[in-house]
Order: sequence, then C-alpha cells, then structure tokens
Amino acid sequence: MDDDKRLEAFQAKIDREEKIEPRDWMPEDYRKHLIRQISQHAHSEVVGMQPEGNYITRAPSLRAKVVLLAKIQDEAGHGLYLYSAAETLGITRDELLEQLHGGKAKYSSIFNYPTLNWADIGAVGWLVDGAAIVNQVSLQRTSYGPYSRGMVRICKEESFHQRQGYEIMADMAKGTPEQKAMAQDALNRLWWPSLMMFGPHDADSPRSGNALKWKIKRETNDELRQKFIDKTVQQAEVIGLTIPDPDLKWNEETGHYDSGEINWEEFYNVVKGNGPCNNQRLTHHKRAHDEGAWVREAANAYAKKQLEKSKVA
Amino acid sequence: MSSDNQFPQWEVFIQSKTGLPFKHAGSVHAADSEMALQNARDLYTRRMEGTSLWVVPTDSIVASNPDDSGSFFDPSNDKIYRQPTHYVMPEGAKNI
Amino acid sequence: MEVKDALIQYCLRLGDDAMIMGHRLSELCSNGPILEEDIAMTNISLDLFGQTRIIYTYAAELEGKGRSEDDLAYLRPEHEFQCALLTEQPNGHFGNTMARQMIFSVFYYHLFKELSKSPDESLAAFAAKSLKETTYHMRHACEWVVRLGDGTEESKWKIQDALNDIWSYHHELFEKDEVDEKLIDMGIITDTATIADDFYASVNEVIERATLGTPAGGWKATGGRSGRHSEYLGHILSVFQSLPRAYPDAKW
Repeated sequence: MDDDKRLEAFQAKIDREEKIEPRDWMPEDYRKHLIRQISQHAHSEVVGMQPEGNYITRAPSLRAKVVLLAKIQDEAGHGLYLYSAAETLGITRDELLEQLHGGKAKYSSIFNYPTLNWADIGAVGWLVDGAAIVNQVSLQRTSYGPYSRGMVRICKEESFHQRQGYEIMADMAKGTPEQKAMAQDALNRLWWPSLMMFGPHDADSPRSGNALKWKIKRETNDELRQKFIDKTVQQAEVIGLTIPDPDLKWNEETGHYDSGEINWEEFYNVVKGNGPCNNQRLTHHKRAHDEGAWVREAANAYAKKQLEKSKVA
Repeated sequence: MSSDNQFPQWEVFIQSKTGLPFKHAGSVHAADSEMALQNARDLYTRRMEGTSLWVVPTDSIVASNPDDSGSFFDPSNDKIYRQPTHYVMPEGAKNI
Repeated sequence: MEVKDALIQYCLRLGDDAMIMGHRLSELCSNGPILEEDIAMTNISLDLFGQTRIIYTYAAELEGKGRSEDDLAYLRPEHEFQCALLTEQPNGHFGNTMARQMIFSVFYYHLFKELSKSPDESLAAFAAKSLKETTYHMRHACEWVVRLGDGTEESKWKIQDALNDIWSYHHELFEKDEVDEKLIDMGIITDTATIADDFYASVNEVIERATLGTPAGGWKATGGRSGRHSEYLGHILSVFQSLPRAYPDAKW
C-alpha cells in the first residue's frame, strides 16, 4: 500500500471512532504530535509532584498528610502510565527524560509557580487538577489506544484529587480570618495560571488543526477553558471566595460566563523558562536523576550478574 | 545500552480475583524480576485491584502484525457453526 | 507504674517510631533514583502514617484526656517524643535510606509477629495489620541492600558504609526500661530479647546475600525512649508541627 492509501485508511479508521494501536500504520506527524503531547503530559505529572511535595512535611493534620501523600503518589503513577503510553510510540523513557532535562520537552507551566501557603495545596487540587480533569475527561476519547486507556485509568483515580483540594479550600475559607485570607490569596495567585493551562486561544494555537482532525484532541483549548470556568465559578461562590476577575459575569445569551483577558505575555514568558520556579523545578529533577545514577547502575549490574548466574546453573 | 538507564520494561498482568483471568494492566520499568513485581504491586494495586500479578519482560511479548489481521482473524467470520446458537434444538428439550 | 500508664507509653513509642520514620520517607517524594521508587517510598511512608494514626488513637483513648491523634503528633514538645534515634537519622543517599529501612523493618517485623499474639486485643490487631505492611517494607529494603551490595564497586562501599553507620542505632530498639518490664511482667508484650536471635539471623542473611561484611560494634546510640534525642528531631518537629503551632486557633 502506498502512503496516500494508508493515510486514507488511517483517517477512515479515526472517523469511525476506532482506536489506533501501537503497531498500526500512522503518519509520522501523528506519532510526533502524540509523543510531544503525551510526554509533556507525563512530565507535568512528575514535575507537579514538587509544588505539592513542598507541603508534605508541613501538612497540618495526619489525615491531611496521608491524603496529600496518596495524591502525590498518584501523580507519580500517572506519570508512569503516560511514559508507558509514550513508549509504545517507539521512544524510550531515557530519551524522554533527556528531552526534559535538555529543555526540549515542556511540562505544564502551572508548576512553575510556587506553593506559598497551605491553601495553595487546596488550590492546586481544586483548580489545577480541576483544569487537568476537564482536559483529561475529554482525552479519554483520544484516538490513540494506549493514551486513551491511560486517560481512563487516570480519570478514575483523579476523581478524589479535586475533592481533596476543594475540601481544603472550603475548610480554610470558613476557618479563622487568617485562614480565609490564605485561601483567597491562593485563589488570587493560581486562578489565572490555571486558565493558562488550557493553552493559547484557538486562533493562536497552530498545531490544533491536525490534532483535532486526527482526534488526538477532542475539544479546542477555548472550549475546554470555558467548561472549566463555568463549573468553577459556582464552586467559588459556595465557599465564599472571590475569583480575581472583575470582568467575570454570567452571559444569559451564550449560557456561559464571560471572562477577562488572560495575560498572554506572562504565559509565553513562563513557557520560555522565565517563570518563578522554572529553574528550580528542572534543577530539582536533574539533581534527583543524577543522584540516582549510581543506584540504577548498581541495580543493572546486579541484574546482569543474576542473569549470568542463572545461565551457568 | 549504557549502564545508567531507566531499566528494561516489563508488562504487568493482574488477576483481580481468584478464578478470573489475568488482564493486562500496563507496564513498569525494573532492573530485575523481583523489582518488577514490587513496582507492579506498588503501581497497579494501590486500590485493591488485584490478588495476583504476572510480570513479563516486554521484549518477550510476541505480537501479531496488524497487516496480518485480515488473514489472521477474518477467516473465523463465516464459521458460525462454532457458536451454540447455530444449532436448532427440538422443542421441549431441556438442559442443553 | 500502673499497667495502663505503661501501655500508654509503649503505644506512644510505637507511634513515635512510625511517625518519624514515615516523616523521613515522606521527605523523599520526588527525590528517588527512579520514578517507580518514589511510589515505593510514599507507599511505605503512607503505611507508617497509617500505623501512627491507629496507635496514637489507641493511646489517646487509654489516656482518656480527650486528646486526638493530631494533638499527640502536633502539640507535644520534643522531649515528650520517645522515638528511637534510628528513625530521626537523615535520609542521606539511597543506600543510607535503605540500610536504615532494613534495620527498622526487620526489627519491627519480628516484634509485630510477637505483638500480634498479645492478649491486649487492640495492640494485637494493630500489630497484625502492621505486620503485613512491614513484611513488604522489609522485602523491599532487603532486596535493595542486596542489589547495592552485589551491584557495582561504588554501590558496594556505599551500602557497606551506610550499614556500618546505622548499625550503632539498632541497639536502642532492643532497650528495656520500666515501661517494658511492667508490660512483659503482665504478659502484654514480649521481651525484645527473645526476638534478638531472629533479628540478627535475618540481617545476616541479607548481608550474606549482599556479599557485605558484618558491621562492626562501637558506639551505641541511646536516649530516645527517655526523650533525649539527636539534634535532628527538633528540626523535624519544627517543620512537622509548624502550621498548628503558628495558628493554634485554626482547624484544618
């Protein structure tokens, strides 16, 4: 079969809502786009362990501590599911990490913001995971089988994450004046970066065309962002916090909230590496990786010896 | 392969309850089989998903080629006599 | 000393060991040599905090002063903690962490086996649950000690050094004072002397498989059971307890 025919069959398969599996023929751009998107997603889960991990040792109750630990552990697990999905496309985890350390692969910019008080842990769960879930629910229907299966598993496990965060925010908001101030402060700092998680406006999103045609993405950045805003506004009201957007108001006609413009300069600046924690996050990841090198070498050497022994026996 | 790497990949199969078949859950990286079992346990059974685990080096999996799917799987399309519903049973016969 | 008071103190010691050990492991999140290991460490940490909560709750119940698990974890000063100095030692490199974990888990594996037979039902139930968890922690740590011992030259001396360093801290786990004596007399707990042979046998088996040398004697750490700690504990608690201390009126 020539490539045109293959491409036609590939597109037909996608249009029939059939999944593409690792050994199926796929256009090189589809593979590349997936590797970029899945690895970015995986790195986000892993780097995202850092801002939340910042409060593990300071969680204010034993219950809060185990919940946070379990949640961060899930993020590590989700990183692993996603690395596995990327690996089915013919790239190794070593290569993926090299790309991360070399700055070639990105992760979600939200994790380049610091967590500065306990309510931030609430805000991360409520807003950051909330935004991620909107995206991930949509991605359960992505056309690539391993990615889709990973998303189904992740969505199932993440269902407690957002609740955990919202519970913290609610408790803080109804707590002492100091706690309420912390909650509002966290919302003020993390609201806009959360909206940025959905990426540039559709009109400024150059790669969306193929991604939608190939059903890698199922909904556009702006559609997903709108969904997130619509469901979150009411949740903020219920716990008595104010979303830091003076232009936010209900639009009877569209049935959606209108909102103010995102500071795109800040967005691109953070993407380029100039956010408050870009350097810190990457340095942390590289340090852990480098410090672990002798351990990985030892485990490989041990495995090799065992294999040789079993051959002799 | 360099001696510092992310370890070889293993495929993980979980039996959720005794008596049920093992089902593919995903993969882990591990240097040896014991580590693979432990990593699989920690990653895939955090929510009481399993009672038994298999780990298999990914390299050892032999997969059919999608290009062969026609010759492999279509020939069973017209063998409906392999289905019990293909047969007409006399009226009134029980337990068959 | 009343039996009840002895039992309260004993439970606090079990809880303090689990909590401080759990804390040390929780510090490692996102610092493991490979992502799979981050999950393993948090798992062990979660188990230990789970144990902490059960045994603190029981201690508070026995005490009957209306204190909660969090009061015990967050509002006691340093000298009221009775954890063994072993649990306070810093994570160091991965070999240090695994050597410490091996000693801790092997000891508690054998202890929980005995405590699960205690006539005190709550203690026995706690020990039985913890035994399952600890069996896995022990397996995880021992396998790593073997890998590092029989891995590369570098890993071999690193894990040997780690083992030698932490060895000074294992004696304290076997110490007995009037709390233990009272409970041993009443048949509620087992004398740690009776598990010493098993402990050394288990550790030696791992050391042999790991092609390592037996760690030498030397200095013996002590003091944790009477509230005299290493300097590390103060730093651990200043972080651990910071929020409830800074905002005493807040509910979290």
